[in-house]
Amino acid sequence: MKRFIGFIKKEFYHIFRDKRSLFILFGMPIAQILLFGFAITNEINNVQITILDHSKDATTEEIINKISASKYFTTNQMIAREADIETAFKKGKIKAALNFEKDFSRNLIREQKATIQIITDATDPNTANSITNYINAILQNYLQDKNKGIQIDYQIVPQTRMVYNPELKSVFMFVPGVMTIILMLVSAMMTSISITREKELGTMEILLVSPLKPFQVIIGKVVPYIFLSVINAAVIVLLSIFIFKMPVQGSLFLLGAESVLFIITSLALGILISTIAETQQAAMMISLMGLMLPVILLSGFIFPISSMPAPLQIISSIIPAKWFIIIIKGIMLKGVGMAFIWKETLILIGMTVLFIGLSVKKYKIRLE
Amino acid sequence: MKKENVIVAEALTKAFGDFKAVNAISFEVKKGEIFGFLGANGAGKTTAMKMLIGISKPSSGNAKVAGFDVYNQTESIKKNIGYMSQKFTLYDDLTVKENITFFGGIYGLSRAKIREKRAQLVSELGLEGISNKLVGSLPLGWKQKLSFSVSLLHEPKIVFLDEPTGGVDPITRRQFWEMIYKAADQGTTIFVTTHYMDEAEYCERVSIVVEGRIEALDTPKKLKEQFKVDSMNDVFLKLARNIE
Repeated sequence: MKRFIGFIKKEFYHIFRDKRSLFILFGMPIAQILLFGFAITNEINNVQITILDHSKDATTEEIINKISASKYFTTNQMIAREADIETAFKKGKIKAALNFEKDFSRNLIREQKATIQIITDATDPNTANSITNYINAILQNYLQDKNKGIQIDYQIVPQTRMVYNPELKSVFMFVPGVMTIILMLVSAMMTSISITREKELGTMEILLVSPLKPFQVIIGKVVPYIFLSVINAAVIVLLSIFIFKMPVQGSLFLLGAESVLFIITSLALGILISTIAETQQAAMMISLMGLMLPVILLSGFIFPISSMPAPLQIISSIIPAKWFIIIIKGIMLKGVGMAFIWKETLILIGMTVLFIGLSVKKYKIRLE
Repeated sequence: MKKENVIVAEALTKAFGDFKAVNAISFEVKKGEIFGFLGANGAGKTTAMKMLIGISKPSSGNAKVAGFDVYNQTESIKKNIGYMSQKFTLYDDLTVKENITFFGGIYGLSRAKIREKRAQLVSELGLEGISNKLVGSLPLGWKQKLSFSVSLLHEPKIVFLDEPTGGVDPITRRQFWEMIYKAADQGTTIFVTTHYMDEAEYCERVSIVVEGRIEALDTPKKLKEQFKVDSMNDVFLKLARNIE
């Protein structure tokens, strides 16, 4: 055990004395999450919206004027029937529609509560989300003005409906995606590089000649990265919660446990890569081309898997990241428990066992 | 006085497919001996050594190192040997002290023992002023000497040196051999491969490996007499020509 601690200490010296790996370990996660985070809160300008006004009273007119006056929206036409909303969307003329309920003004005054429906085209989920937020802000602003100086607290209840992509599939998708990429990067690429580095320098041979057993060497190299990956995962989750107000609906404990599982899967993959690659550069190329690209393109992080051609869908199934994204998306966004993600969890466990088995086998062949 | 054999190899062979990198070599090495393993690059020196230190399984033949079998007692062998490979094998991004502590640690030395050894080693090598410097910043000669000392840290019975003086200047090489003699005097057996023929003269006994076979094995003096030449270099050239 003492030997082991000495080994891990040495591993941390390596990591903390190499500026490049420090940057990849800590700079990259924060940079990525901020980049993706701010990329989705894109500003909107002159968005075409249509309005269906069932009450046509003073209040609705005030609100419509307020919305039209803002630089964000252009109210291009008024329509009379609900069915016309669909037509307008299909023609691609509008990005959003507002539907004022009947007797809007009267409800607001009598019951202090009126309802407005905001319908957005969620094929572009980021924009849809922004539009909703902007309209809400304008409504709140209007109410603040109206409530000034009176005791009664009027409320307008916006009912948001996103059409064509009701689950809003890729909003907040960047957090699970970035987390997956970072964990994969840190765990698989960094470990494969650090193991091949010892091979390249010849120190691996010295370690194998020492009384340390090969698996002890490997575990010793891997433990620091488990530790750092867990920290990274925590940083990403905290950043998403506090900076981007990402909801975590499910259990944080389950999220942590699944993350550790995925970290181990990635580490196993990293070890496997290090048994194939002889040099650090080769390890890096294999990790980048063989892991990063599929994770970004095929895991469902950016492009929905359901819209991929069948062969790519099959390929995406052998990418561990795909299953992990499903798992954390489930936990973070839908708040599901183990009952819904046991299948994905099992797949990840199976993959991990497979990778470790292959590494052990390859490793033995090399020693023969 | 007959000294015990610490390395015994009998028809030790390593084949990669049809190619026999090491072809049925047999020899004994006695305790405290400096045993030279000479040969051109690619003659099979390193492959033979890897079998003896337990990181490569022989294809056939037998060998015992420090009394342990190379097939199934490699763990015991590893505890009793030190090894320094062709490449420089300390960690460049660790300091002198950290390297010593780390390697002492993986050989299971106690903390007190490591501290004692570390102080001793630093003063013997004259590294006092720079023991907290990164090893990467030291000149190659010092690195090699440090590397050798580290391979002796756990007081192994046998030390295997694989071309330890590659790329080192003549003065440092000289100092290096003085260190080797000192270790041998203290009873450590030295198994050293080299392709510097002048270094062969420093060994007590020399085996010359050509294409995987041991073609000659004796003291440098006797080998020179046998081949009627003045230097080990000529012995080697004669042997190599005969094979061709």
